[in-house]
Amino acid sequence: MSSRSRSDDRIALLQGTLDLLILKTLVLGPCHGQGIGRSILRRSEEVLFVDHGSLYLALQRLEDKKWISAKWGVSANNRKARFYSLTPKGRQQLTEKFSEWQRLVRAMGLILEGGMLDGGTDNQEV
Amino acid sequence: MFRRRRSEDDFAEEIRSHLELEADELRREGFSEEEAHRRAKVEFGNAQTARERFYLRGRVIWFDNLVRDIQFAIRQLTRNPGFAVVAFLVLALGVGASVAIFAFVDAALLEPLPYASPDRLMSVSESDTSLPGWPLSYPDFLDWKAENKSFSSLDIYTGSGYLLRTRSGAEPVHGERVSGGFFQTLGVRPLLGRDFNPGENQPGGPNVTLLSYGAWVRRFGARPEIVGQTIDLDNEAYTIIGVLPQSFSFAPSGNAEFWVPINKLSLHEHSRTFYNFAGIGRLRDGVTVASAQSEVRAISNQIQQQYAITGHDLNAGVTPLSEVMVGDVRPILLTLLCGAGLLLLIACVNVSSLVLVRAENRRREIAVRGALGATPARLVKQFVTEAVVLAACGSSAGIILAATLIPVLARLVPVRMASGMPFLDRVGLNVHTAGVATATALLTTLLLAITPILRLPFRQVHADLADGGRGAASEFWSRLGANLVVFELAIAVVLLAGAGLLGRSLYHLLHVHLGFDSGHLATVEIALPSTLHQNSEQIKVFNNEVLQRATSLPGVESAGLTSRLPVQCNCSTDGIRIVGRPYHGEHNEVNERHVSPGYLPALKAGLIRGRFFTEEDDASRPGVAVINQTLARRYFPDQDPIGQSIANDEGGRPSTWQIVGVIDDVREGPLDAEIAPTEYFPVNQTGDRSFTLAVRSSRDAGALLPEMVSSLHEVNPNLGVSNEATMVDKIDTTQAALLHRFAALLVGGFAVMALVLGVVGLYGVVSYSVGQRKREIGVRMALGAQRSSVYRLIIRQAAWLVLVGLTVGLLCSLGTSILMRRLLFGVHAWDAVTLVGVSVLLGLSSLAASFLPARRAASVDPVEALRAE
Repeated sequence: MSSRSRSDDRIALLQGTLDLLILKTLVLGPCHGQGIGRSILRRSEEVLFVDHGSLYLALQRLEDKKWISAKWGVSANNRKARFYSLTPKGRQQLTEKFSEWQRLVRAMGLILEGGMLDGGTDNQEV
Repeated sequence: MFRRRRSEDDFAEEIRSHLELEADELRREGFSEEEAHRRAKVEFGNAQTARERFYLRGRVIWFDNLVRDIQFAIRQLTRNPGFAVVAFLVLALGVGASVAIFAFVDAALLEPLPYASPDRLMSVSESDTSLPGWPLSYPDFLDWKAENKSFSSLDIYTGSGYLLRTRSGAEPVHGERVSGGFFQTLGVRPLLGRDFNPGENQPGGPNVTLLSYGAWVRRFGARPEIVGQTIDLDNEAYTIIGVLPQSFSFAPSGNAEFWVPINKLSLHEHSRTFYNFAGIGRLRDGVTVASAQSEVRAISNQIQQQYAITGHDLNAGVTPLSEVMVGDVRPILLTLLCGAGLLLLIACVNVSSLVLVRAENRRREIAVRGALGATPARLVKQFVTEAVVLAACGSSAGIILAATLIPVLARLVPVRMASGMPFLDRVGLNVHTAGVATATALLTTLLLAITPILRLPFRQVHADLADGGRGAASEFWSRLGANLVVFELAIAVVLLAGAGLLGRSLYHLLHVHLGFDSGHLATVEIALPSTLHQNSEQIKVFNNEVLQRATSLPGVESAGLTSRLPVQCNCSTDGIRIVGRPYHGEHNEVNERHVSPGYLPALKAGLIRGRFFTEEDDASRPGVAVINQTLARRYFPDQDPIGQSIANDEGGRPSTWQIVGVIDDVREGPLDAEIAPTEYFPVNQTGDRSFTLAVRSSRDAGALLPEMVSSLHEVNPNLGVSNEATMVDKIDTTQAALLHRFAALLVGGFAVMALVLGVVGLYGVVSYSVGQRKREIGVRMALGAQRSSVYRLIIRQAAWLVLVGLTVGLLCSLGTSILMRRLLFGVHAWDAVTLVGVSVLLGLSSLAASFLPARRAASVDPVEALRAE
């Protein structure tokens, strides 16, 4: 919650979007929690920082919903880690959530871009 | 619901692994080892918080809701304290009564015998068609023991009395003579010392005795060194060889203090037809009661042929010992259990109908909450929680009530009778009782939770909101509520009828024709030490002195001596023949009583023919007898018994007795037993050494008792004087009177509670319906209906319910009374007086209960009622 980012241009995630990001990350293959967090940070070009407490809670929630499954395995650098992978149900949810997201982005864009005439368009403060 | 959750350890492990992976990555990015770890931790945020959040995840909502539901339930209950208190009390009463009664049933019927493998213990007896289960004769016992293969051991016991020499004189004490293996058969080991040795059991064996625990503590100060010392019983020295454990009791022996091996037999006891010893046997493994019975029967038949015992069809009986021990109390206990069960049922029905009324009133609230998003499951859970809270409080209070009731009930049993009920010591809250209590609580909860759930259609939210909680659903409620009330009233009728029948039985029992006047009679038992008064002449002198002293006490009108008081038992029997008639060994059992000349007149027994005994009827004269009317009718049906003679074959006494008088039947046996034929012999011709003094006075008999005792001690301080009591007390504390009184009192208590609950239930239903129909009544009155017709409207509705309840109840009570006919005395199961009385009682109380709401209905102001809408 109160994690201070390494640089100020990182932003916290919107509630609900974390699930989508996790599911998307797992499309590439099974991954452990630390890897998921790092991956989200890296692929958002160091902008989206995941609070680790929230990450694990989200992972647990998704596991409870049977969208992802988990088992203990060994990481690339030979550490014991809990690996999460996408279930068929999770894959289906990903498509649904993604289209939902797209609709949201479009709707937001329609409104915001319309009124964003005199501001810097690159400013991502939300 | 019960999905397996991930353990916290597993989660902690995952966090650890995360931190290591993160540190690895940071190291790769060029941070020092230490810095990498530090940063990994900082990055993660607070690991402890994460763990806590993991722990609470999922649980917290469930728990929060539970706490909220309980708080809500308690708030709801306290908001309506009348309902809460009534429901709580009713439940506590129902559960308390059932659990308390069950505790007795459990102790008496489920584990009646405190011995090793009690189910293998049998009572072994002789029997014939007319008299099942009479004692064995000693020779028969020896033969049965030697020849049977069904029992691993077979033993006998018989009650006995001794005069114990104490520092202050002589005291009559209860003893029990038993065969040597008696305690091994029961599986009881002495607490101190040893059991009987085999040699001590043989005729002519040494005088040894085992002490009961009570005797050891009371008489010998619980000194262990008492073992090996000698005491004086009947002027003979007996060596104490051991002390029996505290837990040991043997109901047929009452509170016998001295246990002595059977190694001296009286003259009669050698006889094969002197039946004096009760038998117990332990069945071998795998032998059934039936096969043991048929084997012993075969042996018995063979003995009968061998010794040419003819006449009565001698047979053998083998019945479980528990049957003999608790057979008398079983029907009463089962009746009480049923009564308590019915009370519990009525309590549950009552409370659930209360819950129902409340649920109906909350219909709108439920609809609102449903509309605001509460799921049906959530609403149901709330009702269940309320039921659980209510049932839990009620049941725990009930269990506490049971725990306090049990000792109170146990204390109601008089000591004299309690000694025959060893199971009383074990009555209490144990595993069984706790199990039953829990089951009762669960059932109650279920009932209370299910009633409103079944009734509340959680989905009809819209309809209910619009309707404001009236209409079809309420109609349904009044129908269901009415059904429940009918059920309650029917149960109340069953209990009332049962109580009425038991009450009338008790009345009949206590007013049964005694054949003598029991008022103003004081009695005391006397035993003569054998050193005193060796011959019959001396005994006669002594008897006269006792009687003279007694009659000289102030207020005393007359006095007499008897070998046994009336209304005790049909025992001390004699086998008789009629002199001058052919005899084929028929078993003519009659009660035998030895009485002084003044005894029968003192009882105010009615003389029908002939005369009472006189002072002249003593040892120097030929034997004379007075018989009762039953004996005269049975053995001299067409003939005048006066002048006839009866004979018995007991040695050492005149064996023929000429009948000089016939008296009206004096009830010698228990109150509820048939009158048995009885013969009376003059005490001066029998030379008894122990008897009971009966004194009739014009004063209060109880006040006379201490004076009687002290005047007897003046005659001789070494006399054994015991059991002083008035005749009325003696009768009141006989088993028959006590059992009937118990049954009548307890079932009566249950019935009163059931009546109150049923009537309150009726009141609830009628007032609810009046409340619901207020508008209708208003309309009727606005249209010109008279108040009297409103009364009629309401009372008619109540009358229907009562009528149905009464009819169902009366039909059921016929069934239950037939089931408990063993407890009835002098009344039929269909006793009209009782049934009419119950109907009137219920009808009147129901009328009263429906009158109040009817008056409320009649006083409805039509303008008000209509404006309220």
